[in-house]
Amino acid sequence: MKLLSTKATCNSHGQDSSYFLGWEEYEKNPYDVVQNPKGIIQMGLAENQLSFDLLESWLAKNPDVAGFKRDGKSIFRELALFQDYHGLPSFKKALVDFMAEIRGNKITFDPNHIVLTAGATSANETLMFCLAEQGEAFLLPTPYYPGFDRDLKWRTGVEIVPIQCTSSNNFQITESALQQAHEEAKKKNLRVKGVLVTNPSNPLGTTMSKSELNLLIDFIKDKDMHLISDEIYSGTVFTSPNFVSVMEILKERNDLKDFDANVSERVHIVYSLSKDLGLPGFRVGAIYSENDMVVAAATKMSSFGLVSSQTQYLLSAMLGDKKFTRNYISENQKRLKKRQGMLVLGLQKAGISCLKTNNAGLFCWVDMRNLLSSNTFEAEMELWKKILYNVKLNISPGASCHCTEPGWFRVCFANMSEDTLNLAMKRLKDFVANNNGEECSSNKRTRSTQASRSFSRKSLSNWVFRLSSRDRHEQEER
Amino acid sequence: MKLLSTKATCNSHGQDSSYFLGWEEYEKNPYDDVHNPKGIIQMGLAENQLSFDLLESWLAKNPDASGFKQGGKSIFRELALFQDYHGLPSFKQALVDFMAEIRGNRVSFDPNHIVLTAGSTSANETLMFCLAEKGEAFLLPTPYYPGFDRDLKWRTGVEIVPIQCNSSNNFQITEQALQQAYKDAQERNLKVKGVMVTNPSNPLGTTMSRSELNLLVDFIEENKDMHLISDEIYSGTVFSSPNFISVMEILKERNDLQDFKQTDNICERVHVVYSLSKDLGLPGFRVGALYSENDEVVAAATKMSSFGLISSQTQYLLSSMLGDKKFTKNYLAENLKRLKKRHGKLVSGLQKAGINCLESNAALFCWVDMRHLLPSNTFEAEMDLWKKIVYQVGLNISPGSSCHCNEPGWFRVCFANMSEETLKQAMKRLKAFVVESTGNVNSVTSRSTLQKTKSVLTKWVFRLSSRDHRDHQEER
Repeated sequence: MKLLSTKATCNSHGQDSSYFLGWEEYEKNPYDVVQNPKGIIQMGLAENQLSFDLLESWLAKNPDVAGFKRDGKSIFRELALFQDYHGLPSFKKALVDFMAEIRGNKITFDPNHIVLTAGATSANETLMFCLAEQGEAFLLPTPYYPGFDRDLKWRTGVEIVPIQCTSSNNFQITESALQQAHEEAKKKNLRVKGVLVTNPSNPLGTTMSKSELNLLIDFIKDKDMHLISDEIYSGTVFTSPNFVSVMEILKERNDLKDFDANVSERVHIVYSLSKDLGLPGFRVGAIYSENDMVVAAATKMSSFGLVSSQTQYLLSAMLGDKKFTRNYISENQKRLKKRQGMLVLGLQKAGISCLKTNNAGLFCWVDMRNLLSSNTFEAEMELWKKILYNVKLNISPGASCHCTEPGWFRVCFANMSEDTLNLAMKRLKDFVANNNGEECSSNKRTRSTQASRSFSRKSLSNWVFRLSSRDRHEQEER
Repeated sequence: MKLLSTKATCNSHGQDSSYFLGWEEYEKNPYDDVHNPKGIIQMGLAENQLSFDLLESWLAKNPDASGFKQGGKSIFRELALFQDYHGLPSFKQALVDFMAEIRGNRVSFDPNHIVLTAGSTSANETLMFCLAEKGEAFLLPTPYYPGFDRDLKWRTGVEIVPIQCNSSNNFQITEQALQQAYKDAQERNLKVKGVMVTNPSNPLGTTMSRSELNLLVDFIEENKDMHLISDEIYSGTVFSSPNFISVMEILKERNDLQDFKQTDNICERVHVVYSLSKDLGLPGFRVGALYSENDEVVAAATKMSSFGLISSQTQYLLSSMLGDKKFTKNYLAENLKRLKKRHGKLVSGLQKAGINCLESNAALFCWVDMRHLLPSNTFEAEMDLWKKIVYQVGLNISPGSSCHCNEPGWFRVCFANMSEETLKQAMKRLKAFVVESTGNVNSVTSRSTLQKTKSVLTKWVFRLSSRDHRDHQEER
C-alpha cells in the first residue's frame, strides 16, 4: 500500500518546467544595480511595486491601525479572538465599497454575499470545490495563468478544457471556439460545469469586450452553467476601453429585462488585493456570489484559509478611507500606464511589438514570433533560453500559459525600477540586433539552430529531472 | 445536471445540531454582568483569554513588530510582497524554538521540516490530502473534537473510524480498542492509513501517558504503511503533572535505545500539528503548522499551503514576539499558572455542586461527569439534561455525544474564556440547579417529557438543514 496519497505524489500536473527553471536561474544570479549589474532581471513576476509609497504614507498617518487600536482604544483582544468565518464586517464593507469604486460605482456589491479567503488562490479552489467534482470540467480561454492548473484541478479532481484563442482577433473569445471547447469536453467524457475567465486577462493584459461578456452570458444561460470571472486585475485598467465587469452586463440585461433570474445565481466573481494594492503577502482574497448556497458552502470552506484578523482590521481602516482609495486607484493607474508605455516603447526600439489591445494588468503580451527560427514550441523554448541565459531576462514563455501559437511571451513591467526596465530594454535591443546579424548567414544559423535544438532537448531532460527531484522557490507567479 | 457539487450540498456530515443550537441560544441571550446578568454564559468555547495582558504588554514595548519595522527601518514592502510558501525563515525558526521550549527542550525541531498553514484547521486537512484519499480512513480515539468530522473528511473524502474509549480507564487508548477499530474499518471496506490523536486531548483535557504513546508507535511500527498524527495544539497548556510528553520524545527515546530496526522508516510516518490559537490565545491570526521528518510530506504540504498561507504581516509580528526568549519563557510559565488556578476554581465549583470531572492536567476545559444527573443512561437523557442546562441554568456547555463519546452523561465545560466572576456565577447557578434537580429526583421522567424531547429534536434537525448562520466559531 502506498504511503502517501495520489495527490501528494503526482507532483507536476504537466506544469511547464520553464517557469521553475527561469526562477532558479534568477535566484542563482539576480540582477542588482550595484552588486550584480550583469545579473538576470526578473520580468516573470506579476507584482505591482509602483505604489507602495502611497500605502506607506497612509500607514504613517494612521499608526494606530497597525497597533491594534481603534479610536485610541486597544482592540487587540477582540482581534486576537476574532475567527468568525463570516469575516470582519467592517472589512467586508470596505472591500465591497472598494470593488464598487473600481467599477466606477456602476454597480454595488452586498457585503453579505462576500466570502473572504486567504488569497484568490484559495478563492478559486474553493469555488471549484463548490461547483464541480471529478469527471467535470471548466472551460478556460487560452492563454491562461499557469497556476490555474494547480489551483483549479489538483485537490479538486476537476478538469480544465481550453477555449483556444488566437492572435487573428487579438485572442478574443469567439462563439466557435467556445462551442469547440464544449465539444472537446464531451469527447473526453467530461461534464462541463461552466466557464472561468480572468478579466482583465492574465497574461494578455486586456479587458474583455462587452460582446465577449455577452457571448459568455448567452452561453451559460443556454447551457445552464456557471461563469466565474476572476477580476483580480480590475484595479489595473490604465487606459481605454474602460473595465466592464460581468456584473455590469448582468445589470444591463436585467434593466433591459433580458433577464433569466437564474443567471445571476450562476455568475461568481473572484477578487484579491494582491495586484491592485500590491499586497500578495497579506493573503487577501474574496468570492462574490448572488447564490446563497454557494456563499453558504464557500463560507464554511473558508475555514481552511481565513484571512488573519490582524490584516482584516488594517485593511478595513485603509480601504474605509475613501479619500485615500480614490486617490490611490487613480494614481496607481497613472503610474501603471506610464510604465507600460516605457516597456512598449523599449520593445518597439528593439523591433518587437506587443498586443495592441493591452490596456490593463502588470505585463505586456509580447510578440516575438519574428525571432523564432521556426514556428514551433521548440523554437520558442530555444528563444526563451537565449533570453534567459544570454540576454539575462527572465520572461514567461507562452507555452507555459497554454498558448496555441508559439512565439508569445509575457513580460512584466511593474516589479522593478524605471532604470532596471531601461536596462532590460537595452539588453533586448542589443540581442535582437545581433540576432538579425546572424540571420544573414544562413549556414551559421543552421549550425547554431541544430546545436541549440540538441542543447534544448538535453536541457529539457535536465529540467524535468530537476523538477521531479526538488522543488524550489515556487512563487505565486500570477 | 445538478448545479453545485456534492460537497457543497451535503452540508452537515451528521454533525450534532446541539453545538449550533447552543450557540444560537447564547447569541440570542448572551450573559453580560451589567447589561444581561440573567443571560446565557458561554462555556462551550475553548478560548484562552487568561494571558492577553502579557501579550499586550509585549506589544506596547515592541511597537515596531506591528509597525512593519525592523531595527527602526521600514520593511513594509518586503512583507507586502512576501508570499513564499516556504514561510518567513525568522518566523519558522522562532516557532520551532517555541515548540522546543514547550517540550522542555527535550526535543528540537528543524525549521526546514515545518510547513506553515492558516490555522491547524488547514494543517489537519492538508495532512489528510497528503496521506489518504477516498476509500481510506484514519482511526481516532473517542471522544474527539467535533470539528474533525469536517476538517478531516469533508473535502478529502477520507473517513474517520472511532477507537472507542471509555471511563473505565479514564478514556485511555487500549490495545484492544485499537485492534477493534482496525477491524471495524476493515468491515467497512476502508483501508486504514493511520491513527490521529490530539495530545493533550480535546475534550478530555488530559495528556497521553507514555504507555499509550508507545502503544501507538508500536501499532504503526507493526503496520508499516500507517501514519501517526499527533495534534499537539494544547501542548503549551499543561498546567500540572504529569508533564507533557510529545510523540517526538518517544521517538527520540526509542531511537536512542536503538529500539528501531535499521530499515525502519517510522520517523517518516509520524507528524505533528501545532497552532498558536490555544497556547497564545490568537485564533484570529490563523497560525498553524505541521511538522514532519518525511521530505515528501513536507514538499507536498508546502505546495498545498498555497491554499492557506499565513499573512506575512502576522508572521513578522510573531517572529518578533516568539523570538524574544525572555518573553516566551515568562509567558509559558505565567500562562500555565493562571490556567492551573482557573482550572482549580472550576473543579471546586463543580464539586460544590456535587459534580465530578475527569482528573485533568491540561487544556482549557474539564470533562465533566454528569451521569448521576441522567434519569436514564441514554443519549436522549443527555440531550434532555443539556437542554435544561442551556435554557434553565443558562450555561452553554458541550454534550459528549457531539464529541462522539460512547457513554452518555459527559460534558465539556470551558474555564478560560471568561472572567473569574463569571465562572463563579456559572458555578452558583449550576449548584442551584443540582440542588433543585436532586430534590426532584423522584419525579421520574414522564412520557410527555420524552415526547417533548423528540419534537424539539426534530425542530433542531429541521433548523440545521434549512439555514445555518451561527456555526461560525472554531469551537475546539
